[in-house]
Amino acid sequence: MATRNFGAPVRRNEDARLLSGQALFIDDVELPGMLHAAFLRSNLAHAAIRSIDVSAARARDGILAVYTAADLGDYWAPGPLLVPPPPIAGLTFNQRTQVPLAKDKVRHVGEPLAVVLAQSRYLAEDALTDIAVELDPLPAVVDLEKALAETSARVHDDVPGNVAARVRQGRGNYAATRARADHIVGRRFRYDHGASSPIETRGVVANWDARADQLTVWDTTQAPVFLRNGLAAMLGLSERQVRVIAPFVGGGFGPKIMLFYPEEVVIPWAAKKLNRPVKWIEDRLEHFFATTQERGQIHDAEMALSRDGRILGVKDTFLHDTGAYDPYGLTVPINSQCTLLGPYVIANYESTFTAVFTNKPIVTPYRGAGRQHGVFVIERLLDLAAHELKLDRAEIRRRNFIPPDAFPYNNEIIYQDFAPLQYDSGNYAPILDKALDLIGYDRFLAEEQPRLRAQGRHVGVGVTCYVEGTGIGPYEGAKVQVQANGKVSVATGIGTQGQGHFTVFAQIVADQLGVEVRDIDVVTGDTDQFYWGAGTFASRGAVVAGNAVNEAAKAVRQKILKLAAEHFECAEEDLEIANGAVSVVGIPGQAVKLGALALKANPMRGAVRPGTEPGLESTQYFGPPSGATASGAHAMIVEVDPQTFALKVLKYAVVHDCGTVINPLILAGQIHGGVAQGIGNAFYEQLVFDDEGQLLNASLAEYLLPTALDVPHMQIAHTETVSPLNPLGIKGAGEAGAIPVGPLFAQAIEDALGLLDKKIELLEIPLSPNRLFELTAKLR
Amino acid sequence: MTTDTHDITVTVNGTQYRRAVEARTLLSDFLRHDLSLAGTHVGCEQGVCGACTVLFDGAAVRSCLMFAAQADGHAIMTVEGLAADRDHLHPLQESMRDCHGLQCGYCTPGILMTMKVFLEETPAPDEAQIREALSGNLCRCTGYQHIVEAVALAAERLRR
Amino acid sequence: MKPAPFRYVAAWTLDQALQLKAQYGDEAHFLAGGQSLVPTMNFRLTQPAVLIDINRLSEYAGVKNCPPEGLRIGALTRYRNLERDPATARDLPLVHEALPHIAHPQIRNRGTIGGNLAHADPASEMPAIVLALAGKLRAQSVRGERRIAAADFFVGALSTALEPDEMLVEVELPVAQPRSGACFLELARRRGDFAIIGVACTLRLDEQGRCAAARIALCNAGDTPVLAAQASDSLVGRRVGAAEIDGAAELVRRSIEPGGNVHASKEFQHHIAGVLTGRALATAVERAGAA
Repeated sequence: MATRNFGAPVRRNEDARLLSGQALFIDDVELPGMLHAAFLRSNLAHAAIRSIDVSAARARDGILAVYTAADLGDYWAPGPLLVPPPPIAGLTFNQRTQVPLAKDKVRHVGEPLAVVLAQSRYLAEDALTDIAVELDPLPAVVDLEKALAETSARVHDDVPGNVAARVRQGRGNYAATRARADHIVGRRFRYDHGASSPIETRGVVANWDARADQLTVWDTTQAPVFLRNGLAAMLGLSERQVRVIAPFVGGGFGPKIMLFYPEEVVIPWAAKKLNRPVKWIEDRLEHFFATTQERGQIHDAEMALSRDGRILGVKDTFLHDTGAYDPYGLTVPINSQCTLLGPYVIANYESTFTAVFTNKPIVTPYRGAGRQHGVFVIERLLDLAAHELKLDRAEIRRRNFIPPDAFPYNNEIIYQDFAPLQYDSGNYAPILDKALDLIGYDRFLAEEQPRLRAQGRHVGVGVTCYVEGTGIGPYEGAKVQVQANGKVSVATGIGTQGQGHFTVFAQIVADQLGVEVRDIDVVTGDTDQFYWGAGTFASRGAVVAGNAVNEAAKAVRQKILKLAAEHFECAEEDLEIANGAVSVVGIPGQAVKLGALALKANPMRGAVRPGTEPGLESTQYFGPPSGATASGAHAMIVEVDPQTFALKVLKYAVVHDCGTVINPLILAGQIHGGVAQGIGNAFYEQLVFDDEGQLLNASLAEYLLPTALDVPHMQIAHTETVSPLNPLGIKGAGEAGAIPVGPLFAQAIEDALGLLDKKIELLEIPLSPNRLFELTAKLR
Repeated sequence: MTTDTHDITVTVNGTQYRRAVEARTLLSDFLRHDLSLAGTHVGCEQGVCGACTVLFDGAAVRSCLMFAAQADGHAIMTVEGLAADRDHLHPLQESMRDCHGLQCGYCTPGILMTMKVFLEETPAPDEAQIREALSGNLCRCTGYQHIVEAVALAAERLRR
Repeated sequence: MKPAPFRYVAAWTLDQALQLKAQYGDEAHFLAGGQSLVPTMNFRLTQPAVLIDINRLSEYAGVKNCPPEGLRIGALTRYRNLERDPATARDLPLVHEALPHIAHPQIRNRGTIGGNLAHADPASEMPAIVLALAGKLRAQSVRGERRIAAADFFVGALSTALEPDEMLVEVELPVAQPRSGACFLELARRRGDFAIIGVACTLRLDEQGRCAAARIALCNAGDTPVLAAQASDSLVGRRVGAAEIDGAAELVRRSIEPGGNVHASKEFQHHIAGVLTGRALATAVERAGAA
């Protein structure tokens, strides 16, 4: 099999449609007689619902229906627990999931109270103002530490201290280690992550065809198969009666894999009840409340070291803000807990977290999914230790790397895929060295920094490292089929939100079947085209679905060779597949087109041998035993204005190991995009809640996404440790760019302003000019 | 509160349309739903993200901040007007594809329209100028780097 | 986020626009660029019953040079046209320097100077510039016309001295004088965002190189654009060196009463006001010396 597409920067199949405005996004779905929905949402973070009167809204012209929780009857139920807690001994978990429309109580600003169905969104929003809601305010649970008090208000009346979960994991014996350490570094760290803010918000369109007994739902979901299964069950339909289509989706980043959002549950129900298609498109204001987000953790962490900077052990106790409900289980804090270990040998680890309910929107994974919180803690501890032990920051990391011959490396504690955290492969020192080389670390510290300092400029360098567990199970599947016209169709159950699946999967197939990438069409996210799958999340699409595509393509290749061998009456070894045809090696002119073979494989008449499968088609599944471990390092040089604290990134480098690379252009795009979100997280984005749980900056004018002037040019280099866990050797890359940026900013800014020598430490993210001003107050 | 309806005549991508519009219908909604030109996308409805950018009498504007009624007698170009068809793309579109300047593609139409005019006014921009011209369009997927490369490549192609 | 219902009328003459505004008063809003108004309508924070579209009043778009008063800029002049006009850099250096900071090119393609000023957002750049230049604003109504000094025009956050039946038709700004220098600086989180603090200053030197006149105005330092009168006066009659600049900056830092916001505490705004005033004055002095 000749590899010429795999690994090549192939141009994307999907781009011509997207570029000419001819790609179907959710709001482009138009159906005759379609109604438009708008939701009335709570303007209080915590309140008892005394009454809701929708009569005036129902009476308005152009309004077809208005529903509250009472109207849903038996259909009303809290959503399912999507991710059960992992099997960790001694774990406490209190499941409380979101409801379709609030009943009795609202628990965060934006929680839906009622839905209006109207002839237009404009009219529906008009009718919202007619709905009279009486809410009795309750004290809002906002501060994580105060939430734990016995006397605190309770987000859920039967959950004292607002404890959603308590989990303790560890390995070795930290206490014993601590006793014999030369040096201890301990601090409190605060890490805040934000709202994914894809440029396209969420949406649901549901069409119930009573004559065909068929429900079709378009949804911006990252998990169409599970949405189909859940909706069928909820609506009392068989899975065959429900089709979920994730069309082109304008960015996912995690929150679009949260399932059974209130709107996803209500809109299909309303469509069925009214026998009219119904569309709901989330507007930007709603997105800040109605779509899940990530938020903060508070870590009290310490590291025990030997005097030469070797980590003997780490202990971390942290609080995690899970929001008003916890449908996604413990994925985010478990990721924090596990990813803290990083690429380092940490033989003794004790980590305990408490997930806390608050009166704020639900927290579920957003690119990085809690990993950045853990990475911030370990990277900062190392920087502080390096400073106290008078070691170079890069050197202390190098001294602690897991050596390349130690793989697979078992960290023992349980990861988000319920398996022990085992790193499958990796080689960290060359990554660090390359990053240092790209950024010019040694020369910067020795020459450039002193020179620029003498000119009065405050420049600093930072370098941070991380590992990322990617490509986890359970599994994905793919169907590959050669069509009669010689083109190849591929279908898989996951969805696509810009990752280039239509091209990357085609590249895999192209090499197996000797067909041009542009002659391979890929369908993702349509449950009628592929029945099974988990979804696009946790940097697993290319790894898991990609390998399934590969297996299916290999199986089809075998069928092609078998059929062609019969056709030519020769051995399979004498055949080669290229340019869309099978030919006999060494005999020019003896070739049969794949399309012709496909026709041959599906005769209209005649008998076939027992066991024959029609067509040149195969469906295969791939489920890895555990996740493949990607890793990397980021380095950055920044300049900080010491008076205004305005910041400029002068140089940015990423070295990344995601195993075998399918498409370097697409991979670079994923890294650029991840870093941009990391920069947003580190220095621009913060969801600012007040003491009443009100979000003060719920608009894109005030929640600051980085622009082209805020994201620097990045240099990217790769190393490659092939994953032994899948035949293609690939590892995930979707989230990596976003993970180590927070500590990178803290470190580089400290260096630029010489803060550590002035006994000022940056122990929180996000930073900002205002925050730097506050933290450096004692200098003025 | 009352509303009224207005008869408007507007040219979009060279085709003249006569429609009756409610006063408050946003230009973005009019293009997308009344004219079925859904290539223009809506991201925020407050003029910040730039996804809805179209050309209004040749100038790049936020269609979410205009009412369809205002378009009476004017000429608009949307992304659908950039290329004759999918097989004959504008150099900007081709360059975006060649440089992987789009991932989900949602912000892309707004960027194409903004950059089209930018390159007409600044045919040989440097990176700083391109980034400044791009700063009014938010992209959450690409980190902008490939978009900048695409615009530079398009500039070069347009100059030939 | 769709706006509440309203009635729309496109005015073809100023008289028509003024008649309508007189008829509806505060229930009607003028629609010029719409870049400030329409977002508030989409959020339903503003719900006018009537929108009077004045974009067709092209005779109120454009810049006329009318010595000795200076430049008379029609209220409907779009920011992009000011940006493109070479006279702006020469005659209105303060405006020229601020324009790239006002939102983004797409907003400036529609946004008008009149609309921006009438909206009177205290964080907006142009009100502070008009105040620094001691501009005059001409308003018209069915009752007649009046000229309002910038210092009297901005009365509160999002509030001007315009009567319910008045329309802003023109802004009068002085042309840059010989031996004068101006500088606009702002600190914003991102390019185009509202300033955390913005400083606009102009300075004129006499033949001996002493400061003959100085005006320092700030945006986002209070409910309206703020004229730092004491700091400005502290420079007049003196040679402006580092000590004088520091003194003025300190006066500005102490005198303003900013409100703070999610991106900046009041303390930070005070601090930045001092820093930017110092830097802006230094640049203005240098430019005045070179002029």
